[in-house]
Amino acid sequence: MTPRQKRLGFIVAGIMLVAAAVGLVLYALKNNVSLYFTPTQVYNKEAPQGRNFRIGGLVEVGSVKRETDGLTVHFNITDNARVMPVVYKGILPDLFKEGKGVVAQGKLDEANEFRAEEVLAKHDENYMPPEAADALKKAEEAKAAAAQPGSSSSAEYPVAK
Amino acid sequence: MAINWFKYSAPSTFYGLAGKLIPFFAWPAAILFATGLYIGFFVAPTDAVQSEAYRIIFIHVPASILSMFIYLIMAGYAALGLIFNTRLSSMMAQALAPTGALFAFISLWTGALWGKPMWGAWWVWDARLTSELILLFLYLGFIALQASIEDPRRADKAAALLAIVGSVNVPIIYFSVKWWNTLHQGATIKMTGTSMHVAMQQAMFIVLVACWLYVIAVALARVRSIILERERNTQWVNELKEVQS
Repeated sequence: MTPRQKRLGFIVAGIMLVAAAVGLVLYALKNNVSLYFTPTQVYNKEAPQGRNFRIGGLVEVGSVKRETDGLTVHFNITDNARVMPVVYKGILPDLFKEGKGVVAQGKLDEANEFRAEEVLAKHDENYMPPEAADALKKAEEAKAAAAQPGSSSSAEYPVAK
Repeated sequence: MAINWFKYSAPSTFYGLAGKLIPFFAWPAAILFATGLYIGFFVAPTDAVQSEAYRIIFIHVPASILSMFIYLIMAGYAALGLIFNTRLSSMMAQALAPTGALFAFISLWTGALWGKPMWGAWWVWDARLTSELILLFLYLGFIALQASIEDPRRADKAAALLAIVGSVNVPIIYFSVKWWNTLHQGATIKMTGTSMHVAMQQAMFIVLVACWLYVIAVALARVRSIILERERNTQWVNELKEVQS
């Protein structure tokens, strides 16, 4: 084996070892690397108890209610499997909308309601002009109406990742 | 006809070739930048969700793609230098590092500017943002390590190891939005297609190509300086017109 091949071998083996080590570390840290927990994970008690964590999902359609002070908002975060009620006092980001992605930071209170200190909006990876978005929405509504009259619209939103 | 593929792996011959090539990359880069940004800001339609604010994508995405791609190429050159002991490869790695760091910085900066109005936060410690920040630190570490060792050959070797080990981070950045829950959106450009309006795509790809050409032009200009600096005691450098005058 020439020194050149030896060096190549060392480097290839080195990269593979480092990649394997990093892979194992990331696998072990899986839950800590994710930015938020889904409502299902919270129900399964995978989220930390009694301290701050983030919860993410979609704002359930029809769940947003404002209190009379105009600042306190109640809404539900859903992953289309479980629903988590959230209360937040403060200004919501512009992109906060029913049926759209959201990430909230805070903790669970005694009543198992999530008291958020910070609410961030999460947008998806689709970019299209408003006319196209309208057309798409109409087509989906027509399809939903044809398939099952009076079905809820929350099912047509994909689960936030 | 036999072509001597290794002719231009010698710094002395590559120096002249690089000088001749620069305008062929620099001019198209400038023209494509202007075209791409024009399409991006004036032709592409507004977005249904983010309205006009999404237009920062035309800088953010090309910068991010290149910050990752340049790193892999830099690590590749560094590995070539380490394995084959070719001087020019190590010089190319050194020449690419500052541009890569610049693109990583632009990616983080435009991302922060975009995140505040859209998400509601300048910065979150999600996997995508954090791994891109680590990429910037890897670039800065590579530059610092290279600069801190006096002997260029030893500096090349040390920095090459850092670059090669750090390349593990690049797939982590790319797949971070897939592997973990992040605030950052998932991939718009996928193997299966692009979830984006056509004019938006065109603008993004044109700016991407422009950035690519810019990177090549700047790396060639920088490698010429590095060649002159490292070979300053050789006869061929002292015989150059620009050195004598």
